[in-house]
Amino acid sequence: MNAEIRPSRTRAELGLVDVYNTSRQGLPGGSETAAVRAAAFNHFVLAGLPHARIESWKYTDLRRLMRDAKPLAARPDETAIERARDAGAVLAGLGFRRLAIVDGSFVPELSDLADLEGGVFVRSMAEALALDEPLLSQGLGPMVPADDPALVLNTALAGDGVVITVSPDVTIERPIHLAFINTSATPAAMVTRSLIVAGRGARAAFIETHEGRDRSDYQVNTALQLVVGDEARIDHVKITREGDAAIHVATLLANIGARASFNQLGFTVGGAVVRNQLFVRLAGEGTVANLRGLSLLADLQHADNTLVVEHAAAGCQSREIFKAVVDDAARAVFQGKITVRQQAQKTDAKMMSRALLLSDEAEADGKPELEIFADDVQCGHGATTGALDEQLKFYLMARGIPARQAEALLVQAFAAEVVEAIEHEGIRDALMDATLGWLGRRG
Amino acid sequence: MTPLLAIRNLQAEIGGRKILNGLDLTVNAGEIHAIMGPNGAGKSTLSYVLAGKPGYEITGGEILFKGEDLLEMSPDERAAKGVFLAFQYPLEIPGVATITFLRTALNAQRRKRGEEELSSPDLLKRVREIAKKLGIDPEMLRRPLNVGFSGGEKKRNETLQMALLEPLLCVLDETDSGLDIDALKVVANGVNQLRASDRGMIVITHYQRLLDYIVPDVVHVLSAGRIVRTGDKELALELEATGYAQYQNEAA
Repeated sequence: MNAEIRPSRTRAELGLVDVYNTSRQGLPGGSETAAVRAAAFNHFVLAGLPHARIESWKYTDLRRLMRDAKPLAARPDETAIERARDAGAVLAGLGFRRLAIVDGSFVPELSDLADLEGGVFVRSMAEALALDEPLLSQGLGPMVPADDPALVLNTALAGDGVVITVSPDVTIERPIHLAFINTSATPAAMVTRSLIVAGRGARAAFIETHEGRDRSDYQVNTALQLVVGDEARIDHVKITREGDAAIHVATLLANIGARASFNQLGFTVGGAVVRNQLFVRLAGEGTVANLRGLSLLADLQHADNTLVVEHAAAGCQSREIFKAVVDDAARAVFQGKITVRQQAQKTDAKMMSRALLLSDEAEADGKPELEIFADDVQCGHGATTGALDEQLKFYLMARGIPARQAEALLVQAFAAEVVEAIEHEGIRDALMDATLGWLGRRG
Repeated sequence: MTPLLAIRNLQAEIGGRKILNGLDLTVNAGEIHAIMGPNGAGKSTLSYVLAGKPGYEITGGEILFKGEDLLEMSPDERAAKGVFLAFQYPLEIPGVATITFLRTALNAQRRKRGEEELSSPDLLKRVREIAKKLGIDPEMLRRPLNVGFSGGEKKRNETLQMALLEPLLCVLDETDSGLDIDALKVVANGVNQLRASDRGMIVITHYQRLLDYIVPDVVHVLSAGRIVRTGDKELALELEATGYAQYQNEAA
């Protein structure tokens, strides 16, 4: 038998080929960008959608979960923009500088672009790509698998997003809020790519919110590339509250310089299928990185946090803590890998994942990995999965607290460890409120 | 007059093992009863069954609290009715500040009783007054419940909860365990201040020492799951001298 063995194409894979072929003429970028897109899409055509036999996608079988492909969302019209007026309401009243990305397109009229701090530049990704700037391919670094299926699709199809540059030594007092909102009532795909470059010594906080309509089966593929200079101090929070039928795939590519500080938190509460993949490279010496995640899942939700941290320079400290509260028949996945390169002596890395299961049907999967090539390091990881502690619950009830309230208090306490690490009080309160709201849903 | 607590012929098992075997006990308002007995007699089981801890199967008998069937109530309902168990080993709850816990507990009870909730400033004021009497550092109130507390601090915290919640029946399970003599005096003093004509107490202990400080009206000996002897406070002194051996033989 000499027949060529090829996996049969799923409807979604065939659909993506159609989407690419019909959309590529209209995607922003000159000939160089088009070539990068074509190469990326070729990777996808060869590999197809990721499935359970690909180790890094072991628990999130997109080939099975993604039934079809959606056409790229149209640029928002007036109605869509009107619907998007309250984008990112979870952070309302905090006075952040909002940049709105509606149905995959940057919308200046919903964005606060007035009085930008000196040394801060904001553009739309579409605008930057139209100038054929090599933004889809530059500086991704060796830690990103060039053929990561989510990223290659993003590179091939990204229509817009934001490009933010913070000049060296500039401090942004007002956090920047990237408010992604999907208003489409008809099935659509939103593919966005953003880039943030923070110069040496810059200080800033960036908060992403992602939201959309319930019962609308839209798909999101979003990627953020973050280039953090030496001695910069950058906070990044991503709040995912997509609609209950949405598939949301997000990639964070972070490259952090020397003696910098990087605090990252992913808060996931909405979406039918969510994959947050983080590729974080500590490229310069003496940097401190805190990477945290909290997922609150119910019904049939599936949320996967997959983390790859590369210690590429000596003397960096990283702390990873990822928690999930899983109710009903939902499923939480955590895959965490810390790689310590040979030159990264005196690395101090600790990774912890904890899942709290609130029902018999709930599931949590964890896969921590350490890959160490240096000989003078401190690395550790731990993982726990369990139900609410019945002894603690009884103690609370014995003081008069009803069962549901006792459970809520224990869940709140479990979540608080992640949320309370956020320095900004407004964000902390917003996330604690979101946690209480989620608990309120349980009645 | 209806007794505060009436336990009749109580039988309880855990994991198929019979622990309480025909226990009778009546406690009237205003009385302090001590329950003494050897290890394994069922002292802690009695306290857990009174508080409603899951896992115990009641195979016979009844518990009436002010004439109402206590066994029909969930632990939080019992607490709201006025049953309080001071735990032998108070649990640590990371992430829940002590003051938050106190506020949640008190207001949950008040809500259930149809009373007005206490405002945060009023609650804080009351808690501080009680804490002062018990020698509790107010800073401790902001710390997660019992986390990193010493044995003495945990027992003081239990006493603080009891004073705040003002129960009608206090069950003190081995309150003396893990306490040095100074801490014991503070806790006993706190308990004595709660003596009241409308309140009953059950003091469970292995040792007579605690009863020097919390003087009981009635002393019972519990052995193999039932009360085998009842006397006044002199009985405790007698037990201290003779030990429990004779009761263990009786039960066997």
